[in-house]
Amino acid sequence: MKELMRAAFVIARRDFSATVLSRTFLLFLLGPFFPVLMIVVFGAATQPIGSEAERPTVAIVASEHDYQAIDQARSRVANAIGAGMMINLRHVEPTNDPQQIPKLLQSSSPAYVAALEGGLANPRLIGGMRRESGTVKQVSLFVADARRMREYPEPVRVQVVQTERAGPGLASAGQAITARGGQSLLFLLTLLLAGMLLSQLIEEKSNKVIEVLAAAVPIDAVFLGKLMAMLTASLVGIAVWAGVGAVAIAIISPTGLSALPVPAVGWPMFGLFSVVYFAMSYLLLGAIFLGIGAHASSAREVQILSMPVTMAQVVIFAIASIAVGAQDSTRALAAAAFPLSSPYVMIARAAEMSDLWPHLVAIAWQFMWVAIFLRVASRIFRRSVLKSGPVRLKGRKVARA
Amino acid sequence: MLRQASPQSWTGEYAVEAVDLVKDFAEKRAVDGVSIAVPTGSIFGLLGPNGAGKTTTLRMLLGIIEPSSGERHVLGRSRPIEAAHQIGYLPEERGLYPSMNAREGIAFMGALRGLPLKLARTRADELLEQNGLGDWAKKPIRTLSKGMAQTVQLLGTLVHEPRLIVLDEPFSGLDAINQGKLERVIRDRAADGVTIIFSTHVIAHAERLCERIAIIAGGKVAFNGRVDEARARLRPIVRLRTRATDGPWRSALPASAQNDGGEWVFELPETGPEPLLKALIDGGAGIDTLAIERPGLHEAFVAIAGDAAAQAMDQPEEVAP
Repeated sequence: MKELMRAAFVIARRDFSATVLSRTFLLFLLGPFFPVLMIVVFGAATQPIGSEAERPTVAIVASEHDYQAIDQARSRVANAIGAGMMINLRHVEPTNDPQQIPKLLQSSSPAYVAALEGGLANPRLIGGMRRESGTVKQVSLFVADARRMREYPEPVRVQVVQTERAGPGLASAGQAITARGGQSLLFLLTLLLAGMLLSQLIEEKSNKVIEVLAAAVPIDAVFLGKLMAMLTASLVGIAVWAGVGAVAIAIISPTGLSALPVPAVGWPMFGLFSVVYFAMSYLLLGAIFLGIGAHASSAREVQILSMPVTMAQVVIFAIASIAVGAQDSTRALAAAAFPLSSPYVMIARAAEMSDLWPHLVAIAWQFMWVAIFLRVASRIFRRSVLKSGPVRLKGRKVARA
Repeated sequence: MLRQASPQSWTGEYAVEAVDLVKDFAEKRAVDGVSIAVPTGSIFGLLGPNGAGKTTTLRMLLGIIEPSSGERHVLGRSRPIEAAHQIGYLPEERGLYPSMNAREGIAFMGALRGLPLKLARTRADELLEQNGLGDWAKKPIRTLSKGMAQTVQLLGTLVHEPRLIVLDEPFSGLDAINQGKLERVIRDRAADGVTIIFSTHVIAHAERLCERIAIIAGGKVAFNGRVDEARARLRPIVRLRTRATDGPWRSALPASAQNDGGEWVFELPETGPEPLLKALIDGGAGIDTLAIERPGLHEAFVAIAGDAAAQAMDQPEEVAP
């Protein structure tokens, strides 16, 4: 084991130096800004088609009669502009409990962003949302329309009462965004870096260095060294990006990170989990790509061979995304157990749920699979490369001199 | 059962022993029952046409690929990778990182073989100076000529001062001057007690350098022994010109003798040259010229490897996957 790690370190040191000290590393550092741009555009484009479960829900604490009027008003607006961006409404029968509204806002199932009380006559919206938020505007519109249909003589302004803390509903909607953002970033980074790793291996094969390495050290050490080097190089990149991101946030938003939806485990732990799950995801996919690299002898072959894995990874990412908002569902747990989707599911879980022990279990589970994948990939590699001598178009003859 | 011992302290009779090595690739048997024993401190040549199985045999000996069956011990280890720090290997397909400079390239190869990086760099500087490449130490390998790059790789093979050096077609691509330099390097290392195995398809190199050779053809060892033993397998050739065209002297020639433009060519009879000369003189041949040629390793190779090698010579090189 000591010799394996020593050899892996020698290879990692060379690869790391060659990667980080190259001019192309600058391009690598600039690369993620394009995906980030895509995420922003993608996020904006997909916002209208967000799932109903992710839309804010407002409790209408009113008589059935008033609720029906407000809900019909919502339906009319939805018919006119589409339901994609509409908040959900849920009827709650008023009780004599003075704590009814606070209790509703603390409820997590369903999670309300706000509660409307006072019916159509004296509407009051209570919640942690901002006064200029879409939720306030939509509720005001529904109330105004319902009152118009009921032929109330005068319009009324919905009174907004802001609570100090955002309720779980508002938090969960924000955390779902954090979860999706984390998943997307993890996915893009992993795919980018695993692809780079594969290119490096092909370069190694074309440089004919691989035989020198294979003769001197165990193939496992070659794999481990290459993975370590690229992981370290990518962590350097992540540190740079995180620094740039922090500066950008500080410039764009004076309130800094506090303006962003806070993950359930908190920012420091979420950052730590992001690094760990990125490493796991990268190592798992990297090991597969290295196994593939053994069969490819050119960049073209790499593209052909890695296409199915990339497509599979996209599907896995899609499967992992179903866990957002439903972390304890059977499908989410199944996706967390499947090694390749596990890091994506767990980073989303870190954004949405505060318990830490599932992460320890998941990291140990993923680490075990990394070891298995590495072992299998290195065996495939040994079988697939260096089968015979160099390629020649014409045979050479035994010569006298 | 072959021996198992520490490569550092290896003083056994044979640096490399292989018994019945077989390697199958898909439906092709690349190596078919190769058995060789390389005496410690000797220069051993693996001779054969391309595609004969030399590279595959060397790769199996070094543990780069595993044999389908058979057994090998290298410096006393059944797993050659365990003796890697004591082995230097120059593959036929030279491999260097083009962006690395010559010094770092050599030091990296030394570090791979267990040399501390600092010491590897110091030795790289020394080796480059000794070989007239001191001025190129800091230049990227991509800027070196092919001959220089090959020298750099050879130095990387030697930097950790291995006890066993394996060279796969080391003379390939070198000009006559660099071939001479390489021959000197091989002889110098062998003089220091280092075991050297090299494969070649150029018989002259094997003839000049090797004490022992193995001739491989079609994946099999056709001959394994001393070079003079290989040559001794053929009878010397007699070339004779006579003034008389016919006479009793003709009965002294073997039945297989052939006349090539007035010159008789035949194998020296087992009785030796003296009875032949006497019979020719007594028979009135009128000897004009008579030459007895000792066969070279090339003739021995053709005779030993036979049709299989002759066919293999015309086959394309093994196709890499």
